[in-house]
Amino acid sequence: MALFLLRRIATMLLTALCLTFIVFWLTNLAPNLEKLAKNQGNVRMTDEQVASFLQDRGYSQPLPLKYAQWLGVAPGWVIEGRDGTVRSRCNGVLENGVIPEDGRSFCGVLQGDWGYSTVFQDNVGSIIATRLGLTGKLMFWVMVVMVPGALIIGVLAGMREGSRTDRSLSTVSILTTATPEYVSGVVFIAVFASTAFGLRWFNGSATSAMEDATFENFTLPVMTIALYGMGYIARMTRASMAEVMTAQYIRTARLKGVSFPNIVMKHALRNALIAPFTVIMLQFPWLLNGVVIVETLFNYKGFGWTLVQAAGNNDIELLLGVSVVSVFVVLITQLISDIGYVYLNPRISVS
Amino acid sequence: MKDSYDGPILEIDSLSISFFTRLREIPAVMDFSVRVMPGEAVGLVGESGCGKSTVALGVMQDLGKNGRIVGGSIKFKGRDLNEMSQEELRTIRGSEIAMIYQEPMASLNPAMKIGRQLMEVPMIHRGSSEKEAYERALQVVTDVKLPDPARILDAYPHQLSGGQQQRIVIAMALMAEPSLLILDEPTTALDVTVEAAVVELVKELGKKYGTSMLFISHNLGLVLETCDRLCVMYSGEAVERGSIKDVFDEMQHPYTQALFRSIPLPGADKNARPLRAIPGNFPLPHERPKGCNFGPRCDYFEAGRCDAGDIKMFDVPGNERHATRCLRFQEIDWQAPTEAGDTTQKSEPGRVVLKMDNLKKYYEVAANALFGKRGDTKVVKANETLSFEARESETLAIVGESGCGKSTFAKVLMGLETATDGQILLDNRNIESTPIEGRDTQTIADVQMVFQNPFDTLNPSMTVGRQIIRALEVFGVGKNDAERRERMLQLLDLVKLPRAFAERMPRQLSGGQKQRVGIARAFAGNARIVVADEPVSALDVSVQAAVTDLLMEIQREQKTTLLFISHDLSIVRYLSDRVMVMYLGHVVELGTTDQVFAPPYHPYTEALLSAVPIADTRVTKKHIVLEGDIPSAMNPPPGCPFQTRCRWKSQVPGGLCEKEVPPMRQLGDGHQVKCHLSEADLASMEPVIQIAAE
Repeated sequence: MALFLLRRIATMLLTALCLTFIVFWLTNLAPNLEKLAKNQGNVRMTDEQVASFLQDRGYSQPLPLKYAQWLGVAPGWVIEGRDGTVRSRCNGVLENGVIPEDGRSFCGVLQGDWGYSTVFQDNVGSIIATRLGLTGKLMFWVMVVMVPGALIIGVLAGMREGSRTDRSLSTVSILTTATPEYVSGVVFIAVFASTAFGLRWFNGSATSAMEDATFENFTLPVMTIALYGMGYIARMTRASMAEVMTAQYIRTARLKGVSFPNIVMKHALRNALIAPFTVIMLQFPWLLNGVVIVETLFNYKGFGWTLVQAAGNNDIELLLGVSVVSVFVVLITQLISDIGYVYLNPRISVS
Repeated sequence: MKDSYDGPILEIDSLSISFFTRLREIPAVMDFSVRVMPGEAVGLVGESGCGKSTVALGVMQDLGKNGRIVGGSIKFKGRDLNEMSQEELRTIRGSEIAMIYQEPMASLNPAMKIGRQLMEVPMIHRGSSEKEAYERALQVVTDVKLPDPARILDAYPHQLSGGQQQRIVIAMALMAEPSLLILDEPTTALDVTVEAAVVELVKELGKKYGTSMLFISHNLGLVLETCDRLCVMYSGEAVERGSIKDVFDEMQHPYTQALFRSIPLPGADKNARPLRAIPGNFPLPHERPKGCNFGPRCDYFEAGRCDAGDIKMFDVPGNERHATRCLRFQEIDWQAPTEAGDTTQKSEPGRVVLKMDNLKKYYEVAANALFGKRGDTKVVKANETLSFEARESETLAIVGESGCGKSTFAKVLMGLETATDGQILLDNRNIESTPIEGRDTQTIADVQMVFQNPFDTLNPSMTVGRQIIRALEVFGVGKNDAERRERMLQLLDLVKLPRAFAERMPRQLSGGQKQRVGIARAFAGNARIVVADEPVSALDVSVQAAVTDLLMEIQREQKTTLLFISHDLSIVRYLSDRVMVMYLGHVVELGTTDQVFAPPYHPYTEALLSAVPIADTRVTKKHIVLEGDIPSAMNPPPGCPFQTRCRWKSQVPGGLCEKEVPPMRQLGDGHQVKCHLSEADLASMEPVIQIAAE
């Protein structure tokens, strides 16, 4: 098992490296850099001025070298600009052209230096930490609502395939999955948070929930994300459950005299959960997706909202930081899903 | 706990079960009656679709959503099961009536430990504590003769072999010492020697616990060995019912007679006494004829009488509890000798077409497919020094149980795998290392295969004719489409299918008809060597005879070399000229059919012969039951592959069997045996099968 984990983590790191490189390359394309230069310098800069601006700030180095510096495996650049000032990646503008005693030569992601956000005027690392915390809170409640809800609906629908319960629950799950967050979110706001229907039960904005989440201000964003995923997982669980209920070993159990509730709980459930478990774990990355929409819609300043801001304002360092974190979230959930799969399904062994 | 009820355990009286679909009501069982007395074993015999499993599920009251009992009663110990509530049924299921199923793997919960699944039974029905239940489980697992019961209880089903799984299913059924045990084809999925051991166990336990049994099977030989009485079913009805002796020796229904004539018994011979297949097809449930269901296929059919109306069961005078559903049973001369079918001349084998010389096939299996380190591999020796030759128009049977390497050999011959060592000579050309992609069209057309399962080997979305034409295109037969179409129709004639079938889809065909299409496809390019991998084992008995005869007939016409892979020794004896017995990748015995089926035997052949059930009351067999399972090819025993289960091992001095693989010994006339036994020991062997004088 330890060896399996080790191998998986090694694969994970490799994947992360490849993915971040791709994001790094895309954010460092020439047009992006030009935009960056004009943003930070002067909008009316000439092409030469742009070139020297980028040259002076290390942007014109070869891509692999820049990537290595960003990672923190190559020493940060020190460049004497045409205007005579000496700039360095790690220690800012150098007064007399030399790195001070306490200065560092390496500063990259590995050293914990995630760069500086141009939009928020703050360290990327600390921005991501706070935003991730806020999104974590949102995700936690989404999971608390979504997973048990979906499993219960799926199992109830699947245990008696074709029954009235099955058909009504299935209709509900298809309906929720077929409604994307940007539709359901708007509908919810209109119905429950506006004067249109007179039901002002909840808050249409979740900004206050960042400080202090209450039933009033947090229900709508949580439900918007949860409902979408719930239908999907419930469909999966239902299909898996319905299949398991027709299996021969369920007949064996029935003809052994096991009562129906016990058949469902003891014999069917574990077998029926094997397939949806992977789906639930795959749902995490999908949730990040929904988070982007919902956080923007409800003005909840979490991770997704930050991503939108970073992308919209060409904030390269922040965008990179957000991507790295997303990549790791996806890969770690995959790892957990593989381990959990082994635990649920005794036929698969990792040793 | 057990009550002192002494009437019939199970009494089914004119039971009718129907399945309801949107279109119509489909009667699955009609007017079915049977009685099981305490301690009695009753066999229920019939072909697939005759309703025997439906009867079993009817007894269990578990017919699913669409099935319903529409008439009659099922009385268990005098109480009508039809009138019980779900609650009452639940207390009976598993404690009073238990069931053993066809596929052991599928009927055990894959995500639950064996111990849990067993302990559940007493915990539900007797309210036993976990500890008592565990004790009981341990005892029952010991009873079914599984080694190391404590470890087995802690295992998951997939960690056991097929035979062990079936023993667990039996153990589960016996946990609560039921009064009635229903066995639904309990050994169909198992190998012959394992089957023999399981049947032995069931008989023994039945006696020990005094359990009554309802034994459902399509295998008449197995029923003869296990049951006291039997009931033959045809198309939803019981057609004949009586004691084993009465039904086997004094059958009173044309269907029973036809069934016996279509199975190869000792004495049947493909040239002198060919099998007689039952003409026609099994009627679909909604297309049953008026009157006698068997009428259209019956030799004794009398129009205006047999098809006049429903036929009741008649008691056969003179015999005890023997009944038949035939109007004419007193008019038919049951002793009349079988009309001799078309006898044919034995065809002489021609020149050698295929020669195998020291063929070896090893597989390297990585310990972990995904992240396996190098050097972490195990070698599976699937075929070890295979040498034989096959001649033109000869049938060579390859016999062995699962894992003996017979399918690997077929794959190497077909070119789906390449040999590790040794050579295969087809017309003196080496083909052992040419994969199928590298073979020329002629070689591919020459060596063809008929597969085991006709249901999976036809493309479900292509018409039959199209599939055969496709094969013709691949083999380069015919200049244009018209010619190929003509040839396809000829092929349909060859396999005796109506030409109209060319336009049909595979799903519109019965199993036997599909297998005929498979045969037509194999012979499309005038194949000279046909590997038939268990071609009839998935088919019903009455169809088996027809398909076998077809293969024989085509062989006679086309002088094909037939390599017949099978585990069914009866059919092998019937049709093959020479037999090769394999065990764990080794050829243990090779010789003509007469040589292999008579002493001296290889000890494995001897056990195999003893294990095969024969549906003939005149036959007495020597009783040899092999202990344990076939060893895994991943981890074969040292020395002789068969030494772990051999009963003659003690006869060989010096533990030679455990040290050395025996050499292939020539016993004269091409009869070869791979065994360490001395000449004297081999000569002292007695025949396993003896037919009592008539």
